[in-house]
Amino acid sequence: MNNNKPKILTANEASMIVESSVIKRRKKDARLKTYGRIAIGLAVSFLIFLFVSIFSKGIPGFFQYYVTLDVYLDRDRLDPKGDLSPESLYNGDARSIVLESLYKVINPKGRKEKKAAKKIISTNADVRISKMVLDDPNILGKTIPITFAVDDDIDSFLRGYIKRETPSSERRINDTVIKFVDKLSAENKISYKFSDYILTGSASRSPEIAGIKGAFIGSLLTLAVCFIIAFPLGVATAVYLEEFAPKNRITEIIEVNINNLAAVPSVVFGILGLAIFIGVFGMPRSIPLLGGMVLALMTLPTIIISSRAAIRAVPPSIKDAAYGIGASKLQTIFHHVLPLAMPGMLTGTIIGMAQALGETAPLLMIGMVAFIVDIPGGVTDPGTVLPVQIFMWADFAERMFIQKTSSAIIVLLVFLIFMNAAAVILRKKLERRW
Amino acid sequence: MLKKLITAGFVLALSTTASNAREHISIAGSSTVLPFATIIAETFGKDPTIKTPVVESGGSSVGKKGVCEGIGTKFIDIGNASSRMKTKELAFCDKNKVKLTEIKVGYDGIVVANSKKGKLLEISKADLGKALTAKIPMNGKWVDNPYKKWSDINPSLPDIEIRVYGPPTTSGTRASYAEMVNQKGYCAKDKEAKAASKARGDKKGKKCRAMRTDGAFIEAGEQDNLIVQKLQEDPNAYGIFGFSYLDQNSDTLQGAIISKTAPTFENIAGNNYSVSRALYFYVKHQHIGVIKGIDKYMDKWVANWGDDGILADAGMIPMPTAERAKYAKAMKELPVLTADMLK
Repeated sequence: MNNNKPKILTANEASMIVESSVIKRRKKDARLKTYGRIAIGLAVSFLIFLFVSIFSKGIPGFFQYYVTLDVYLDRDRLDPKGDLSPESLYNGDARSIVLESLYKVINPKGRKEKKAAKKIISTNADVRISKMVLDDPNILGKTIPITFAVDDDIDSFLRGYIKRETPSSERRINDTVIKFVDKLSAENKISYKFSDYILTGSASRSPEIAGIKGAFIGSLLTLAVCFIIAFPLGVATAVYLEEFAPKNRITEIIEVNINNLAAVPSVVFGILGLAIFIGVFGMPRSIPLLGGMVLALMTLPTIIISSRAAIRAVPPSIKDAAYGIGASKLQTIFHHVLPLAMPGMLTGTIIGMAQALGETAPLLMIGMVAFIVDIPGGVTDPGTVLPVQIFMWADFAERMFIQKTSSAIIVLLVFLIFMNAAAVILRKKLERRW
Repeated sequence: MLKKLITAGFVLALSTTASNAREHISIAGSSTVLPFATIIAETFGKDPTIKTPVVESGGSSVGKKGVCEGIGTKFIDIGNASSRMKTKELAFCDKNKVKLTEIKVGYDGIVVANSKKGKLLEISKADLGKALTAKIPMNGKWVDNPYKKWSDINPSLPDIEIRVYGPPTTSGTRASYAEMVNQKGYCAKDKEAKAASKARGDKKGKKCRAMRTDGAFIEAGEQDNLIVQKLQEDPNAYGIFGFSYLDQNSDTLQGAIISKTAPTFENIAGNNYSVSRALYFYVKHQHIGVIKGIDKYMDKWVANWGDDGILADAGMIPMPTAERAKYAKAMKELPVLTADMLK
C-alpha cells in the first residue's frame, strides 16, 4: 500500500509493452491465417478426393470393348416382308446372322459350346444391324465388317474385374467362354474404344448399351419448362413486392412465407405436385412438363429472393432521374430498373436451376423416378432426368453399371459447371458499375 | 418478351392437360421386381409399333396402393410387389372399384452373405433369428437381445461380433426376411420363444419381426450395391440382400448356409432354400384394352420367365413348370382377385 499512484511510464517502457503485445497479436493473426489455410486445404483435398474417385471410375466408363465380325447381311432373313419397314426388320432374324458370323471365327462344337458363345455378344447386336440397314439399305446382301459391343460380363473380364484365377464355378463366365474370348483376341477381333452408347444410347438393362441420352434430353426439357414458368413468375413477384406492394401486415406475411418456402424440403413440392397437378388437373405421370412445373415451384423462392436483392441494388438516383424527366412507373421499371437488375436476377435464376437439375426427391412422387427407354420427343412424352438415371444405375446389380454411374456423374458435373459458368459470364458481361 | 413467355407457358400447360390419353403402359412398385420388369419392358419395347412401358420404382406398397387408387389413364396399369397383397390392401381396391388379377412371376431368394475373406456362416434359421431380433425371452421375460458375438448364440458359430447390414423398414426384402427368419424361423419354432410369445398374447410371434437397433443390425439404405461394397471392405460383416446381387458378385461374396442349405440357384428354385419369397404383379382389368399392349406385355413375361430365359440370367428364380402354366392361364382368363383367394 505504499504506492497508489499510477506508475508513470517512460516512453521507452511504453513502447516495450506495446512491442511485446504486438508479438502476441501477430501470433494470433498468424494462427487465424493457419486455421483458414487448414480449412481451405481440407475442403480442397475432399474435392480432389471426390474428383479423383469419380474420374478414375468414370473415365473408363466412357470406353468399352467391341468385337468386330464379318457379317453377311442376308436380305431374306433380315427383311422377311421385303419392304424395309422397321416392323419387318424387327421380325427379321438379325440375331442368328450375328451368331453365325461369330461361330465362323470361334468354331464352337456342340450345343453347349454354342450356348456359351451366345453370351459373348451384346443382346442388342440385332438392333444395331437393323439400324444400319435402315440408314443404308444398299448394304443388304453384302458381307461387311461390323463392330458389336461385347456383353457386360465379357467386358468386365477383359478389364480384369472378373479374374481368370477364380474357380470357374464362382465366375460369371465359364472356361468355355474365356477360351472363345481368347481366340477372338488372338485373331485381333477385339478392340477397346470410346463407347458409342454412353452418350447416344438410352436407358437399358444391358449395361453395355446403356446411355444417358434419354435422361439428358429429359433434363433439358424439364429445365426448359422450369425456366419458362419460374423466371417470369419470379421476376414479376419480385417487381411487385419491391416497387408496388404497400408495406403492411399482408406483404410482410407474404415475404416471411417466401423466405420460408426456400427452406422447405424438396420432396414436399413433389407431394404438392402429386396432389394438385395429377390429382386435381389430371395430368399424366412421368412427363417432363409435370417435372418442370414441380421444380418451378421449388426454384421460385430462390428466384424471387435473388431478384428482389438485384432490384434493391439498383441505385435510387437512377429511378429518381427517370421519374424526374417524367417517366411513368412502368417506363421506369422496364427501361431502367429491370435491365440494370437483370444480371443479378439471371445469376439467381441459373443457380436455382442448377439446384433443380440435381433434384430427384420431388420427382419421385410424380413418377419420374422411372425406367424409361424411349427418348422423350417433347415435354409430354414420358422422360426422366440425369440424377434419376444415376440413382437407378447405382442400384442395378450388374457390375458394369458402377463405371457407368460414375460416367453419368461426370456428365452431370460438366452440365452443372456449364450452367454456373454461364451465370458468371452473364454477370460479367451485363454487370454495370457506378 | 415476358408476356409472350407467360402466355406460352400457360397455353402449353392447358393444351397438355386437355389431352391426357396415354400410349405407354405405366408400371410402378417393388424395387426387387423392377430389374426384371425393366428387362421385360425393354425387350417388349424393341417392337417399333409399341411404346416402351414406363417402370417406376418406389417399393411394393407403392405398387399395390398405386394400382388400387382408381380407374383412368392418370393411374398406373400394373403394380409390382415382392410381397403378396393383403386383404386390407385389396379392400382399398374394392373401394375404388378396381378389379385386379394376381400374376406370380417367379421367386427371389434373400441371402445373408459376407466376403470370401471372412468366415462362412453355417447357421440354423432359429439361430439367425436369435441373432437379429430385437427382444428375446429370458426366464419367461422379454429382454433386449444380449448377444454380442455369433459364438454367444451357439459355440459352433464364428467368434466375431454380430454386425449385419440390411435394408431399411420401407423395403419388402426386410419385411420378408423378418417374417421368414425372425417370426417363422425363430419365434414360431423355438420352444422357449414360442411359449413366451403365447404368454404375451402374440400367438403367431409377429412381435418378433422387429430388428435389433443396438448396432448389431445396421440399416444401409435401399441400395443393395452399397451393402455389397461394404462387405467387400469388411470381412467380418454380413449383409442381407436379394439373390441376384450374390449371383453377380459370386467371385467375392459367399452366401451363408442357412439350415444346411446353401443359397444357390438350384436350391432356391427347388424350394430347398427356405428364405425366399414370391414376386408378383397386379394387373388392372379396367385398363386392358384401353391402354394398348398390356396383354402383349404379359405374353413377354411368359416367353422369358423359363429356366433358360433372360430373367433367370439376371438372377430371378423361375417358378416350377406347373405354376408357370397356371399363371400363364391366369393372364388369359383374368380371374378377379378376391379376399378369399388371399387367405
